[in-house]
Order: sequence, then C-alpha cells, then structure tokens
Amino acid sequence: MSGRISRSRQVSGTSRISEEQINDLIIKLQQLLPELRDSRRSDKVSAARVLQETCNYIRNLHREVDDLSERLSELLANTDTAQAALIRSLLTL
Amino acid sequence: MASLFSDNEQPPTNSNSSSTVLVRKKKSLSASSPSSSRGNAASLPTRDGDSHPRWRSEKQQRIYSAKLIQALKQVRLSSSSSATTSSPTAHKRGKAVREAADRALAVSARGRTLWSRAILANRIKLKFRKQKRPRQTVIPAVTTVVTTGASSRGRKRRVSVVRLNKKSLPTVNRKVRSLGRLVPGCKKESVPVILEEATDYIQALEMQVRAMNSLVELLSGYSTPGSDSAPPPI
Repeated sequence: MSGRISRSRQVSGTSRISEEQINDLIIKLQQLLPELRDSRRSDKVSAARVLQETCNYIRNLHREVDDLSERLSELLANTDTAQAALIRSLLTL
Repeated sequence: MASLFSDNEQPPTNSNSSSTVLVRKKKSLSASSPSSSRGNAASLPTRDGDSHPRWRSEKQQRIYSAKLIQALKQVRLSSSSSATTSSPTAHKRGKAVREAADRALAVSARGRTLWSRAILANRIKLKFRKQKRPRQTVIPAVTTVVTTGASSRGRKRRVSVVRLNKKSLPTVNRKVRSLGRLVPGCKKESVPVILEEATDYIQALEMQVRAMNSLVELLSGYSTPGSDSAPPPI
C-alpha cells in the first residue's frame, strides 16, 4: 500500500530535514500539551520550552499510569466476584 | 459493544499464548474498522492541524478497554496461581498490570507506530533477538506507514509560532534526544521521527489514563459491599 513513502525523504542526517518540517511538528506537539495549549499567548513559545514540557508531560503520564496500575492490581487481587460483575456490566453497555 | 466483547471472549490461557490472542483480536476487529483505520492512515499527511482523531474517539476507547480487560484477566490468573498476596509482591503485580496495559495499548495502535512495535517487540525479545525491528512478528499484515512529511504541502496556516533558530539547535537537539529516550523504541531515531512518535504516544497515553481511571472507578464501585444493586454509570 503506502509502505515506503517518506522513508526516502529523510535520507541522511539532520541537514536534510527542513527547519519548517521540524517547526510544524513542534507546533503540533505544542497543541497537545495542556499547559501550552490553553494559555496561547501571542508571543512565541520557544521550541526548547515545548520539548521540555513534553518530556515533563510524558513523565507525568507514566507516573499516572504506574499509580493506576498499582491501584488496579490491588483491586483485582481483592475482588473475585467483581470480575463477573464487570463483564456483565460491560456486556450491557 | 456486546458483539465486540463476545467475539474476544476466550477460555483463559497462559501468558505465553498471548500472541495468538492478540492475533485473533486483531482479526476480529479488522472486520469492524478497516475503513476507519485506513482512512486515518491516508489522512495523516493531509491532516489540517487537528490532533489524531483515532485516539480520542469513543470507539477506540472501547476497543482498548476490552483489550485491557482481556489482558488483565490473564494477568490476574497468572498472579493468583503463584505466591499469595503480600505487600512485597504488590509492586510486581502493579508492574504486571502496567505491562499488560502497555501491551494492550500497543496492540490498539495496530502496528502503525514505532513505539507500539517497540513495546511488543520487547515482550518477545527472547524469541526474536536477531531481528532488529520485528514488525511482522506479532501483528500480521501490518502496513508500516511513516508520515513525517506532513508539512510538505507548504501550508501557510499557523496557529501559534515556535521560534526555532540556528543558535538554539544544539539545545533543541539535546531535548529531542531526551524526549526520544522517554518514548519507547525511539532512542536512536531522527528528530522528526521522534517528534511524530511523541505526538502519537502522548495521545495514546492520555487514552490509557482515561481508560484505566474509569476501570478503577468501576472496580472500586464493586469492591465496596452493598453497592451491587446496579452498576455505577461510567
């Protein structure tokens, strides 16, 4: 299908990749971040700041997933009939 | 939703046959959403700036929730057969849950992203150690699409501005590298690949958090005695 489209575009190192391309990607990333998206001021946000916020955000999400996993594991270990009830409730959704 | 779930119901098996479970899940789900996923793949280069819709749709969340529950059932079985519950194994169980959730998330990505392939490849690294990027091991018939040329059309629209000058290039490079270390499987990729993977990964993680939150709420609603008359609304 379209398995090899843009592999040929980024041939060698970083010099081939255009600035505008990177800029666009960073803008898309910025729109995902909750802090930088809501307070969209008119002045420019630096790329380094966006990347830093992205790293922080991903670490936060990882930590949240870890916490939720712990809670889930405790809940799953304690409950036995909850399994059947859970499946039943999901079937009715 | 009911049909989706009943298609995936299988007798509980061990974790080493989870790959076949994943394969069968993919086959049963491909009938339900072939056009949407292909439409998403085709729309990625022409996307007009809105975030990837597939991680935010209701259907995607349901698909992921179903897979998550399947995976968690297997986790639960394997942990209950081993040593009994005590606090030292709490973290191990949490880790097992986390890995199952990540695996389910990676499968939901349908093999289209680097990080999902890396997550799944790590699970079976023992068997496929010689392959550098085992794309076609767990997920059959995957189309590898890398669409980093999204800006090649020369769109003039820009909602907010990011200043990227030559002076800050080493800083930006450094930060992109550290970002690449956070996203699974992107340690050695080029800059636009890392950025693209990060956007997808963040949305997938957000969906994972949402799904696990609702799952925790649902389960904690059941673990308290006396509240089993009606399921709490999600």
